[in-house]
Amino acid sequence: MNNDLPLTHEDVAEIAAILENSGYNALDLSTRRFHLRIAKGESEDGSLTQEWQWAGAAGEATAQTTSAPTDPDAICSPLPGTFYYAPQPGAAPFVQPGDTVGPETVIGIVETMKLMNPVHAGRSGTVADILVPDGTLVAKGQALIRLA
Amino acid sequence: MIRKLFIANRGEIALRIIRTARKMGIESVLGVSEADAASLPAKMADAIAIVGPGPSSQSYLSVERVVDAAVRSGCDAVHPGYGFLSENAAFASAVMAAGMRFVGPDIATLQGMGDKLAARALAVEAGLPVLPGGEAATRADVHTRAAQTGYPLLLKAVSGGGGKGMRRVDRAEDLDSALDMAQAEAQAAFGNAAVYVERFVAMGRHVEVQLLGDGTSAIHLGTRDCSIQRRFQKLVEEAPAPAMPIAAREAIEQAAVRLANHLSYSGAGTAEFLVDATDFSFYFLELNARIQVEHPVTEAITGVDLVEQQLLVAAGKSLSLTQAMVRPVGHAIEVRINAEDPDADFRPSPGRATRAAWPAGEGVRVDTHIGTGGEVPPFYDSLMGKLIVHGQTREQAVERLAHALASLHIEGLPTTTPLHRRIVADPRFIAGGVDTGFLNGLAQ
Repeated sequence: MNNDLPLTHEDVAEIAAILENSGYNALDLSTRRFHLRIAKGESEDGSLTQEWQWAGAAGEATAQTTSAPTDPDAICSPLPGTFYYAPQPGAAPFVQPGDTVGPETVIGIVETMKLMNPVHAGRSGTVADILVPDGTLVAKGQALIRLA
Repeated sequence: MIRKLFIANRGEIALRIIRTARKMGIESVLGVSEADAASLPAKMADAIAIVGPGPSSQSYLSVERVVDAAVRSGCDAVHPGYGFLSENAAFASAVMAAGMRFVGPDIATLQGMGDKLAARALAVEAGLPVLPGGEAATRADVHTRAAQTGYPLLLKAVSGGGGKGMRRVDRAEDLDSALDMAQAEAQAAFGNAAVYVERFVAMGRHVEVQLLGDGTSAIHLGTRDCSIQRRFQKLVEEAPAPAMPIAAREAIEQAAVRLANHLSYSGAGTAEFLVDATDFSFYFLELNARIQVEHPVTEAITGVDLVEQQLLVAAGKSLSLTQAMVRPVGHAIEVRINAEDPDADFRPSPGRATRAAWPAGEGVRVDTHIGTGGEVPPFYDSLMGKLIVHGQTREQAVERLAHALASLHIEGLPTTTPLHRRIVADPRFIAGGVDTGFLNGLAQ
């Protein structure tokens, strides 16, 4: 499927050494599949960098930041991940419509990179609506719960 | 002979395995989740097979789906990488039951090492020192053990790993609440609430030994020091363990080889030890029956391709290396560049790297799947890449690391890079031989 497997780290080190001892600042290498730039960095000591760009850039984010204007009454997800409104499957939700919350009240969990991150209400109010079903992939800034 | 290898993993380690497979003339098939279908390793593999949707519980952690994908792709061996199913005995059994080779140790070893208490017992059998402590099935047992070991102590999950289900307890009055939390965390993470008690060494260093075995004999490839950790997860690793008398290092290496021989160990593995930073006495912690994240520092000083060795042993070959052939040269350091915000309590920061300029130059190796435009999905761990430097001396390695970190430039999401710049400038790190409390004393 592909024969131009990118250079090994030894190859990159060799090219870097050639560049370092030359009067050139950067070397660009392009194939159908990738573009590689090895360049003298911006730092004073002249350290080198390698920057790879791959054709057909990586997959689209599974959950792009929602562009919808944020509802001022909404509590939004502080980071992308999977939203859970209950501490465990089958357990009672952290909050239900009609509940009163304070800034420190946990209204749900967003699981990101294998870590469970509690979501705090951030302000006081009464829960009007849970906007997102349990176990949904949410974007950073996506509205989770609306306060009345 | 392995003809077609299924890689049951993702990210930088998948790319790492593809490289060696290609070098050895082995075809590679990468099992990917839908979220990783356009990732860099997916582009580099000879073929891909979808193993399920994004969340790892439905893809990379599904024994059935992964084995099924490997069978459908016509593979004759499976490399599990690290994490996910790599140390799962049921997975290894299913791979073999389907007529494929499992690139890892035999089932009995996986079973023995997966249970921390069983591993401890095997180590004692092999004559290795272990920390005072042990099993504690009931709350009363935990209190009895605690009274024996004294404080501070550690509560650890029997099926643990990655710091989950682990709690340090400083005073007897905190024991009950810490036990509740450790058990709840262990239950949630591993489906097994059992914990055990171990004495906590105040000034401890985390030192591990790289092992290779073929089921008949075993050798070591020297030590790695991984004392710089946060939440019991490694951030910086170096080889060999610095600022340690050669005799102390050799004693640890010999102990590790004794354990590998006792187990008739087959494949690559790592024996982890806790070393008292004050007198270099050491205690066996666990044996990781897989390739480690930090294996490149050992490769840098020994010149041995550890993934190649794994594949050769899995194909049924005897080790072609002998202990005398392993001649480490110089010093190597690896830092983990994670998509985490070190200024916000290491909060995960998935997203897109709008620019990723990694260091290059003599003695520099970068293992990464993230180029400019690369995506870090929210489903998996936060490792974006590993920067490895190698020098003739530790001093030179530290200097190269400082230069490399100065030129490392990732835009679009916060990473652990600024933290590593502070570490490499810290006089204690420059001197070498820090203990696991290092990060707490780091200047902001």
